[in-house]
Amino acid sequence: MLTLKTISKTFYPGTVNEKKALDRVSLELADGDFATIVGSNGAGKSTLFNAITGSFYVDEGRIILAGEDITYRKEHIRSKEIGHLFQDPMKGSAPHMSIEENMTLAYLRAATSTHAYFSRISKKDKRMFREQLALLNMGLEDRMKQPVGLLSGGQRQALTLLMATMVTPKILLLDEHTAALDPATAKKVLDLTRSIVAERGITCLMVTHNMQQALDLGNRTLMMDGGRIVLDIQGTEREEMTVDDLLAGFRAQAGENLDNDRILLS
Amino acid sequence: MESIFTFSIIQSALELGCIYSLVTLALFLSFSILNIADLSTDGCFTLGCAVAAMVTMAGHPFLAFPAAMAAGVCSGFVTAFLQTKMGVPSILAGIIVNTGLYTVNIAVMDFSSNVNLFGCDTVFSLAKGVSEADWYGDWYKIAIVAAVVLIVGAIIAWFLNTRLGLSIRATGDNEYMVRASSINPVFTITVGLCVSNSLTALSGAVLAQYQKSCDINLGTGMVTIALASVIIGETIIGKGGMFKRIIGVILGSCLYRFIVAVALRLNVPAECLKLVSALIVAFAIAFPYLKGQAALYKSHRMPFAVRGDGGKDGDGVC
Repeated sequence: MLTLKTISKTFYPGTVNEKKALDRVSLELADGDFATIVGSNGAGKSTLFNAITGSFYVDEGRIILAGEDITYRKEHIRSKEIGHLFQDPMKGSAPHMSIEENMTLAYLRAATSTHAYFSRISKKDKRMFREQLALLNMGLEDRMKQPVGLLSGGQRQALTLLMATMVTPKILLLDEHTAALDPATAKKVLDLTRSIVAERGITCLMVTHNMQQALDLGNRTLMMDGGRIVLDIQGTEREEMTVDDLLAGFRAQAGENLDNDRILLS
Repeated sequence: MESIFTFSIIQSALELGCIYSLVTLALFLSFSILNIADLSTDGCFTLGCAVAAMVTMAGHPFLAFPAAMAAGVCSGFVTAFLQTKMGVPSILAGIIVNTGLYTVNIAVMDFSSNVNLFGCDTVFSLAKGVSEADWYGDWYKIAIVAAVVLIVGAIIAWFLNTRLGLSIRATGDNEYMVRASSINPVFTITVGLCVSNSLTALSGAVLAQYQKSCDINLGTGMVTIALASVIIGETIIGKGGMFKRIIGVILGSCLYRFIVAVALRLNVPAECLKLVSALIVAFAIAFPYLKGQAALYKSHRMPFAVRGDGGKDGDGVC
């Protein structure tokens, strides 16, 4: 579904602040793959996501999504097929627009052609929104006319997830999307993510700092360090992996002292 | 006090309120929805007025409106182009366009600073001839401007719930969301400013035919007046659906004209009105902030008061 061919990105080239954020990263995600990504801060995880969504163009390499080369496609055009959730629940929805309007926008942008400027939603679509909201079990289906700004962080993140997947995206990027939520809400949003992704077979990349989560969720675990993917495990190798093994693997691959990372990651 | 609200005052306040509510709607789009303070409003209003006056003078009273709106679209496009493609900060883009429009407006009016339409057919003069009835003579102007405003308001309410309209609203509401969804902010800002400026120009056009003249300084302070109306409207109606908010904006504009009419009636000199509207806007925007500060001040003061009492009790125990 997603192929990255040796993509590199250097920020501030030729200055003292030069930073090689992505260093010849290659990745092949099969249709329906759900890969978790771990790595310390600055390893290049978010940069990888931003390269895929098109916040910037990569310096070299190609990005191919569902057979189409999107390397130099503009951000707003490629994002039609990409779902992207951020750590900050406030970033995914418009606070002064109602739940219904937010969902309408998410639905129309993905379901209608780019030039259908004046398309609107039907009564049937509204019913569909209601049914989908009811699945969240948060009582949001009775608050559809309320502005999203009144929702809690967990509710907003759940709504954003719903909006991102309402029309099945070709790939779903989750950038620590439960990190800012309390444990109970995080679990709820995570369960929701798991069921939606599994149900629709969405190809998914998820950044997490929770090692256990990285091994439990999905079918593949990637580890990044210094702008490179240093570990890529799946199948039985992954099933037999424990959190300690993963940390050991990280140490072996990255060749760094992990005392600080152990605190951060476990 | 009854004499303050004579029939003719109410009538002209309603008429002017409806005419100016088109600019108010424009500011509602750019300021409340897109979150851009469009300072080219003053110049654009005069542009619409000038274009409509010249087209009317050429004998096309109906063509005057689309012509003025087209001119407004051009002005809005330039403002949007400067801020989305040229990296000019949005406030500065408006100021630059406003300055440039002064010359354009003078040029449109054939390098004179005012134009009179006496003796020309206008939409109002044509409508006046339809009936001789007394009531008709009193109400036809209001009927025309109210119809224009209601139609425009309904179109805007409809537009803001289409895919493009929702995208425009999201652009002004959450830039992160816009970046992550397939909305092109360059496009939405451009469309938003073109639509809002076309309304500003339409307002100027209606005024040109209404007062049968156009003056180069007509638009001065228009942005402040329109903002005052938007804020009055949002205060009296509060939050709600798009249709409700649009009605509120129109009411706000009419209410502002009533305030002005009453002020004039109370012998406030006309020159002072700009200061009055500036004060209204400054106060209305500052009010929520001051309210927050007052609450903060109170909550800081409270513990001291409580502690003072507690101290006395403590002394008693000792």
